[in-house]
Amino acid sequence: MSDLIYKSALEMAEALQRGEVTSAELVNASLARIAEYNDVVNAFLTVDEEGARKTAEEVDALRAAGEELHPLAGVPIAIKDNIVTEGLDTTCASKILAGWKPPYDATVIAKIKEAKLPIVGKTNLDEFAMGSSTEHSAFGPTRNPWNTGLIPGGSGGGSAAAVASYMVPLALGSDTGGSIRQPGAFTGTIGVKPTYGAVSRYGLVALASSLDQIGPVARDISDAAALQELIAGHDELDSTSLPADPADLQGAIEDRLAQGGRGLRVGIVDQFLGEGFQREVQENFNRAVEDLREAGVEVVHVSCPSFDYALPAYYLIMPAEASSNLARFDGMRFGLRVVPDVPNPTASDVMKATREAGFGDEVKRRIILGTHVLSAGYQDQYYGSAQRVRTLIRQDLDKAFELADVLLAPSTPTTAFPIGARIDDPIAMYLNDVATIPANLTGVPAMSIPNGVDDSGLPTAMQVIAPVGADDQMYGVGALIESLVSKRVVAPPHAIVISEGDAK
Amino acid sequence: MSTISIEEVKRLADLAEIGITDEEAERLTEGLVVIAEYAGQVSEISDVDVAPSAQSIQLVNVLREDVAGTPMDPEQLLAAAPEQEDSMFKVPQILEEEQ
Repeated sequence: MSDLIYKSALEMAEALQRGEVTSAELVNASLARIAEYNDVVNAFLTVDEEGARKTAEEVDALRAAGEELHPLAGVPIAIKDNIVTEGLDTTCASKILAGWKPPYDATVIAKIKEAKLPIVGKTNLDEFAMGSSTEHSAFGPTRNPWNTGLIPGGSGGGSAAAVASYMVPLALGSDTGGSIRQPGAFTGTIGVKPTYGAVSRYGLVALASSLDQIGPVARDISDAAALQELIAGHDELDSTSLPADPADLQGAIEDRLAQGGRGLRVGIVDQFLGEGFQREVQENFNRAVEDLREAGVEVVHVSCPSFDYALPAYYLIMPAEASSNLARFDGMRFGLRVVPDVPNPTASDVMKATREAGFGDEVKRRIILGTHVLSAGYQDQYYGSAQRVRTLIRQDLDKAFELADVLLAPSTPTTAFPIGARIDDPIAMYLNDVATIPANLTGVPAMSIPNGVDDSGLPTAMQVIAPVGADDQMYGVGALIESLVSKRVVAPPHAIVISEGDAK
Repeated sequence: MSTISIEEVKRLADLAEIGITDEEAERLTEGLVVIAEYAGQVSEISDVDVAPSAQSIQLVNVLREDVAGTPMDPEQLLAAAPEQEDSMFKVPQILEEEQ
């Protein structure tokens, strides 16, 4: 196996620019790694060998001709399978879209194609991004490269596992309640949810429109910054796109690392300490805070009492929006159509049969819950209250950001858990996202950074949460933390750990 | 919110155009009761006097210039349709047969 795959995206980019390696070689190394391990990891639902090789050859030819290229041109990337790619299957890990080839590219895909990053394939997820473990995929679970008996997190377990198993250095995910950050935490990778509206959602198959955000998955923060700079920016095709130029994230990282901890105030969120958080998650968090103190960072405690209501509010807002968004999957214009065996079936009969056959249990459960939440008599009491919780959380965050430049919290209460362990206990599964959801409800940027390992050697992680639009500040502090905790962080294993029973 | 009966789940599934068997309704209800009870905690703040937020970034009335663009090629759009006829989506009858 070529050592190329263990390099970061920026290292690959430099090697390409210096002519030490070709994009074709990088793509071949990536495809070989996928061929070797995807049978057991199941990170990819679709692999586009032909498309990736074509882009690589194009990059190599242009480079040989002395053309000016994007710095990341020729570096392989994977895409979560709920982001549409023209002519390349986009399934959302659902039977209802199996085999569907979108007629257009998402804005982020158009940008990636323009910069000429070879797209090697589409990654697995919980169906329509509804889940925290990638066990709700219609095409089987993704397995954690650290130990294939464990879940990789979700919904974006495929993208996280693809990056953690060195199949690709970069991937895109989407984060509605933690679907980029929580898999990042469970796989020892960097997962970033940018400010809501910083990255266009045009062409992201919507789960909850007011919460969804596309963001980068990478093995280090500089790579994530380079990818976010590429995909960010105003898009007139998305009415929730912020009218702002993308920030200079790599510059912010350099500045912060040069400055160290001087002049920086971080806030520890009291609501995410203690009960419900695994001991080692807490310990590694506290050690990182201690490292920051030693680096001259001022540490303050902040209280956000409304965070206690974030998860219940999320489970009203998200299903309500999801039930509306998923109405488009009706068997009329694209995707699956199931015609029931009844005389003269109507459109309604066909829709019911199609959605019954095409959706999995978790999707049905959330659509039904959302329909319930929005029904007469309930809407004001529950949905209205959930929307007020959102205001309260924003007020708490506004106060917190008066005291601190950024906030810190663990990313997840625990480290990765075994496949099947929580599949029948929705609340235990949902509690995974208790620390990630507040950022979605308020639109603030948040990233998950590995900060050590637990007693079993599995990665633990922490979040940096910044004010709306302060993605550059978040990346700067993230990079500082990354440099301080590196002595305790273990990189994902080069040889995937096959658990008993998973051997090919 | 914690009182979701099996009948209610069947009614909601019908509203959401999801076919559902009795066994499925029973299975889904089990989870829904627990989730609804959990989510119902938000009613504890129902008398707190703050305005609801439907979105996190306060953008209003995002409009574009009223100029004609180039629509997607109809044939390309229809390529993924389960059934099509004369450049149109062909769908089942909407209304039930007169009895």
